[in-house]
Amino acid sequence: MGNNLTVSLSPHDHGSETTRKLMLGVLIALIPAFLVTVWYFGYAAIMVTAIAVLSCVGFEYLMQKYLLKSETRINDLSAVVTGVLLAFCLPVNIPPGLIVIGSLVAIGVGKISFGGIGNNPFNPALVGRVFLFLSFPVQMTSWPVPKGFLTGYLDAVTGPTPLSVLNESYDKVPVTDVMEKIPSHIELLIGNMGGSLGEISALALFIGFIYLLWKKIITWHIPVSIIATILIFTGLLWAINPSNHADPLYHILSGGVMLGAVYMATDYVTSPMSKRGMIIYGLGIGILTVIIRRWAAYPEGVQFAILIMNAVTPLLNMYIKPKRFGEEVKNG
Amino acid sequence: MNSVIIYTVVSLSSLGALSAVILYVVARKFKVYEDPRIDEVQEILPGANCGGCGFAGCRNFAEALVRADSFEGLNCPVGGASLMGDVAKLLGKTAVAADPLVAVVRCNGTPVYRPKTSIYDGAKTCIIAHSLYGGETGCSYGCLGYGDCVNACLFGAMYMDPVTELPVIIDDKCVACGACVKACPKVIIELRKKAKKDRKIFVSCVNCDKGGPARKACNVACIGCSKCFQVCEYDAITMANNLAFINSVKCVLCRKCVEVCPTNAIHEINFPPRKEKTDTAVSGNEKKE
Amino acid sequence: MLKTFPTGGIHPSENKLSAGVPIIDLPLPAQVIIPISQHIGAPATPVVEKGMPVKAGQLIASSKGYVSANIHSSVSGKINKIDQILDSSGYKQTSIVIDVAGDEWIEGVDKSGILKRDITDSGEVIVRKCLGAGIVGLGGATFPTHVKLSLPPGKKCDVLIINGVECEPYLTSDHLLMVEKSDEIMVGISLLMKALGVGMAVIGIESNKPDAINLLTEKSKQYKGISVNPLKVKYPQGGEKQLIKALINREVPSGGLPVDVGTVVHNVGTAFAVYEAVQKNKPLVERIVTITGKSLTKPGNYRVRIGTPVTHLIEAAGGMPDDTGKIVNGGPMMGKALNSPDVPVVKGTSGIIVFPKSESTRPKAGPCIRCSKCISACAMGLEPYLLMVLGEKSMYDKAEKERVTDCMECGSCSYVCPAGRPLLDYIRLGKSRVNKMIRERKAK
Repeated sequence: MGNNLTVSLSPHDHGSETTRKLMLGVLIALIPAFLVTVWYFGYAAIMVTAIAVLSCVGFEYLMQKYLLKSETRINDLSAVVTGVLLAFCLPVNIPPGLIVIGSLVAIGVGKISFGGIGNNPFNPALVGRVFLFLSFPVQMTSWPVPKGFLTGYLDAVTGPTPLSVLNESYDKVPVTDVMEKIPSHIELLIGNMGGSLGEISALALFIGFIYLLWKKIITWHIPVSIIATILIFTGLLWAINPSNHADPLYHILSGGVMLGAVYMATDYVTSPMSKRGMIIYGLGIGILTVIIRRWAAYPEGVQFAILIMNAVTPLLNMYIKPKRFGEEVKNG
Repeated sequence: MNSVIIYTVVSLSSLGALSAVILYVVARKFKVYEDPRIDEVQEILPGANCGGCGFAGCRNFAEALVRADSFEGLNCPVGGASLMGDVAKLLGKTAVAADPLVAVVRCNGTPVYRPKTSIYDGAKTCIIAHSLYGGETGCSYGCLGYGDCVNACLFGAMYMDPVTELPVIIDDKCVACGACVKACPKVIIELRKKAKKDRKIFVSCVNCDKGGPARKACNVACIGCSKCFQVCEYDAITMANNLAFINSVKCVLCRKCVEVCPTNAIHEINFPPRKEKTDTAVSGNEKKE
Repeated sequence: MLKTFPTGGIHPSENKLSAGVPIIDLPLPAQVIIPISQHIGAPATPVVEKGMPVKAGQLIASSKGYVSANIHSSVSGKINKIDQILDSSGYKQTSIVIDVAGDEWIEGVDKSGILKRDITDSGEVIVRKCLGAGIVGLGGATFPTHVKLSLPPGKKCDVLIINGVECEPYLTSDHLLMVEKSDEIMVGISLLMKALGVGMAVIGIESNKPDAINLLTEKSKQYKGISVNPLKVKYPQGGEKQLIKALINREVPSGGLPVDVGTVVHNVGTAFAVYEAVQKNKPLVERIVTITGKSLTKPGNYRVRIGTPVTHLIEAAGGMPDDTGKIVNGGPMMGKALNSPDVPVVKGTSGIIVFPKSESTRPKAGPCIRCSKCISACAMGLEPYLLMVLGEKSMYDKAEKERVTDCMECGSCSYVCPAGRPLLDYIRLGKSRVNKMIRERKAK
């Protein structure tokens, strides 16, 4: 009878990239930052990350299976990435209940309610993070200082972060007076500073950035655009009034700029699809971040800047098209 | 404190009043005149916007009805003759009588009768599979089974039978809008005249291959032997391209053709049972479609 | 720096298993099946009947209308029947079946291998001989060559481009033809140049064929106006718009043809067939076909008569492997999967690939993660993820605005998609619907 050949439409070959491989690449890129954070904050960092990852994956599985009654997609590791990135935005002394609530909002509101992966307009990790920030401001703004590996969970000593010191000093005290209270540039680079899990070591995050570029998981456009914009904008401010502003290098090494620029803003689903769109997106994030840092009440602006530009992404996708091949000829 | 309230009330009220004036003026200035009868006709139309009348929704059909001099070619299959009569009375025109129709699936190639010879690995819609090749079986005319027709039906009158892998039409719900006919890339579904008690006689095959290859691909194919054609006394059967076709308007449901078909390709639906045939294999087909 | 096209492109594994395997004449089968439609345009009309004896090279179906091609018998024997037979389109087509007896050719065909270099025919005679010999584009598109050589009124051509790229993985038929028949190809190119009235021809060859590049560069010194240009290995370099952009830096306008930018593209196999038709009076009755696959014992390149069943070709390559899952007519990126190996080799068959079961299934499709890798891969600057959604939701007006008709169906988008989405399936659907809409609009 028949040969039982498989008949399918071309192409009959497929590249080796899968969603899972891309997500795994992101996780590998985050390993240096994770190791640094464990070194400075202790096994508490492991606890926070573990709780975040398990609750994100758990919620996604339960929601897909029982709420949506569709097939479960936890294998594509996107929930794991959301969990890790959410954990990296939180202070290491955050109570576990809050992490679970944050994961629930990140996955439930930020991802599943819009239709699952590919349909969410906002970065899920940031949705969870901002929700926690606005609902539990006290717990979310007491930042531990690094005490070393053997710090017990919830045992950290809190203190001011570089940006919060800066925020309080704007237009009140000259920056130079305040600069002694905050770590030097080198310490900021390596990670010996107060802050959330993932944002402390700019160097480790940069190593991850190089890895992502090498594996072609992201392109340079968004991170470079964000960092360049922040450098130029803060550079202008510093040049106009050096006693009131910190230098530009300081701004990109502190706070969530490296983490946001390389890992959050480059999230596939919520960032534009064309290269020109990506540059504009990065520009917007950079400008908004500096405005919020300098003039708004919050010390850190990256999270809001990214979420606002996420909302602009569909507009960028609609109007900025790639360069088509061949001029259009009106053909009736 | 009081002044704040006063200012608020005054400013919001004047804003509201200004907006109301602007809206009123614009609504009057840019008003499009429409025949009020269009609204009246649209009221009594079913409102399903199914496209069965051939127009883009019920309002479009209502416009066409008001404009038209005669109802020739204008029919709403959902409401049927009674609805057209009501519309005619409303507009002072005469309705045109039309036969009620029902959709019929003209293929019986289940996996038992029509074995699979290849595996289709692609987007599971009929139209894409049809663009690639004739299908997973030896019959390149028959139903592909991916359900484009079921998806096209807006009235819930179709479902896919998982065992036979063929679409099933629920007669009571079918309004003969024709969406499934258009959706099928192989033109297997046909709108046939609805007889009393939902009885049907039709050739459940659209295979145009010669008898040998047709039968080899499917056990219950029409082989074009013309026995039915010879026995029909009402000129209802035509033969073309190795395939028999029964005209549903001319057919009187005498069932003589069903008896003589050697492959049981002709189906009789909703008839009372009769004595066993002695010389042909039993067909599996008494399903109420 | 090797030239290439600017946007898009992918690098699939080359798998040129049959590279370097010299061309072998495939022994004649017992029966050939010759479909009457092996080309773009109207099917040819049979001019023979059941029972008639035929000789190799004899006309058996004549072209119907201008855009059509003649079909000749590739063997000598007797006409068995004219019937509907399954061919590589997946459907049954009218075909002429011939029982093979001996190998007699019609008179006038020069079967010697002696190179005939002098061109004595005028351009018009060359075009007429192409029409008579049933020459069609042998790159796979099978467009009738005589139509392509007759420029539309008002259009000029100043350079001929020869496509020796063979960018599809697995296929090596053009490669071996360039290595073994380089002189004949050069004469064929000169004939095409004379037919078009151009003084310059450029041959594009991908850099993974160094022997062909070196050999043809040497030969080109003896022929006026012909030059060889090696190109970077990137799929789809062989697409004519990409080839024109890479070689002479001109962009064919959307909806336009290469002749709009003053050039015409022909495959090297077509150039060789033109040489045989014009200099040797031999109609198009055979071609080089690559038979390849990881499980085959003897992948190779064969000179096959048109109408030979594919099973015969697979036998010569060592027989059908037990773990065969899929057989593809053409390359893995744009070729068509067969539902049976009992189909004939036709003019457009450049290769047959036998895939094992482990490589025969597509990845499972998931939701779009908006990674934009498809946009990076598209050589025409389109947005495949959007075109797929528009195709799924039948939004054909928007698809037309997004230039879905520019798509050349190369498959790069589906290849790179990490979510395994069947992008090309829906884009093709959108394309056919939009083309239908445009035709209906023009007819009004």
